[in-house]
Amino acid sequence: MLTSVQEILKQLVPIYPEFVLIAFALSVLVVDMFLNGRYTHLLGWYSLIGIVIAASMTIILGGVQGAFFSGTVLLDPFSQFFKLVFYLACGLGILIAMKYLDIEDIHRGEYYALMLFATAGMMLMASAGDLITIYLGLELMALSIYVLAGFMRKDSRSNEAGIKYLLLGAFSSGIMLYGMSLLYGLAGTTNLDGILAFLRTADLKNPVLFLSMVMLMVSFGFKVAAVPFHMWVPDVYEGAPTSVTAFMSAGPKVAGFAVLLRVFTHTLDPLHADISLLLSGLAVLTMAVGNVMALSQTNIKRMLAYSSIAHAGYALVGVAAGGQEGAASVMLYVLIYAVMNMGAFGVVIMLRKAGMRGEEISDFAGLGKTNKTAAFLMLIFLFSLTGIPPMAGFVGKFYIFKSAVQAGMIWLAIVGVLFSAISAYFYLRVIMLMYMYDPKEEFGLVQSPALALALAISVTAVIVIGVYPTPVLEFARASVAGLL
Amino acid sequence: MIPLSWYVLLSAALFTIGVVGVLTRRNVFIILMSIELMLNAANINLVAFSHYLQNLTGQIFVIFVITVAAAEAAVALALIILLARNRGTVYVDEFNIMKG
Repeated sequence: MLTSVQEILKQLVPIYPEFVLIAFALSVLVVDMFLNGRYTHLLGWYSLIGIVIAASMTIILGGVQGAFFSGTVLLDPFSQFFKLVFYLACGLGILIAMKYLDIEDIHRGEYYALMLFATAGMMLMASAGDLITIYLGLELMALSIYVLAGFMRKDSRSNEAGIKYLLLGAFSSGIMLYGMSLLYGLAGTTNLDGILAFLRTADLKNPVLFLSMVMLMVSFGFKVAAVPFHMWVPDVYEGAPTSVTAFMSAGPKVAGFAVLLRVFTHTLDPLHADISLLLSGLAVLTMAVGNVMALSQTNIKRMLAYSSIAHAGYALVGVAAGGQEGAASVMLYVLIYAVMNMGAFGVVIMLRKAGMRGEEISDFAGLGKTNKTAAFLMLIFLFSLTGIPPMAGFVGKFYIFKSAVQAGMIWLAIVGVLFSAISAYFYLRVIMLMYMYDPKEEFGLVQSPALALALAISVTAVIVIGVYPTPVLEFARASVAGLL
Repeated sequence: MIPLSWYVLLSAALFTIGVVGVLTRRNVFIILMSIELMLNAANINLVAFSHYLQNLTGQIFVIFVITVAAAEAAVALALIILLARNRGTVYVDEFNIMKG
């Protein structure tokens, strides 16, 4: 009896990190029930401990590689890289949420449990080796985030964000499932390596194959917020609680790119010519709509929503370029994007306090005079989002466009640089408001140790990666080697 | 025996009805039902292929899809109840506090 338990525990080793997160999430739910809504801060720190344990397990498991559970779960450097990004996003998401949830009066333990569930889902997506695992991971992530988006029960904007995200998310996963069912019918297997082996010998002109590829692209396009599947993004980002918006703009998008890279540059590699053409079209549209629409926004969350669409466009350039260099540049880019975007949302969250929403861009007027530190941090994050050296955003864009040039898509790199020049206008407008205008009224910012820690982590990451990107880039390159 | 193409045609028809329903209907319940149709179209495909290929994976996939669809419906209904309480409507046209 005991040996069989040990046997089972031994087989579960590859998914211990996911296991730890799920166990912590469930215990948060149980403990929260007994605490009756008191000491919820402690639950936040408790969840962070779970994330740290899971992260150290992932690092320890770094040496274990291969396919497990009949090939449905893959452990490789590629998935490990993404898992570390997810831990970072979830940890920062929890840190910036603690104080904010108090202010919004929605501080409940379920929040942290849902964050952990969502993270476990993303990790499953990153290490999926089978269409079934991709679907399950994606739904675990998406269902948790639908609830998080509608977490402010009494606020109808939050409800609206939740239902809009759910309807469009479920619609896109319906499309994805249909594409997967066609792919299964053609290949006779749902295993990604099996599909690759089938495609190597198959007739690639088959229209059904093309249809299923397009359907997968549409649904992943929804997840990473690529134009023309971006309609939900501004509304959901605006309506959801700001801490959830920050997490949503980093976590699910990065997870979407993990699956996009695995499926389109690995499994569907024989179709590379078609994929590259379609993806570069999507990338151009995404950069154009994201950057142009952001120009006219007055709400900072909506502006950052369009900016996140534009950033998905830059990352899609790297996916379209393909190859090792393209994939590595996308991985570097999503890591940098996650940190700088969470940082920017961390500053936005400081403006929210009782009696003031702090979501209008005009609320930033004079921030440089009343609170120098916060304004300076925002300056760094906005410079990084624009892509001005020596911030990390520059490094990310540089390698993306470099990979496009190397793949012979010089026109795509030029288009990307042009749109990124447009983006300077709306990012720098906020900086101008902060430093060149007088404050409308006296306002103190909300501060808390957790928020300060989150901002310190993200600003350090943005500057360190910006000044000395080599180790991270080498890590990304080494991680991608096993994928292709 | 019923040929495979009949199943595939049925599922394609169901999928199309589902997509058209999501895009044209304004009642949030009808939209949810249309999404359910899309999922079940994929399920019919999976089971039909599974039988035709004599490979069980497709049927296992279907069980997972049905489970997830139930969870999705639970979350959706919870959100709809909140909206009905706060706004008194179930028509997506009226979910328009935020432009877009």
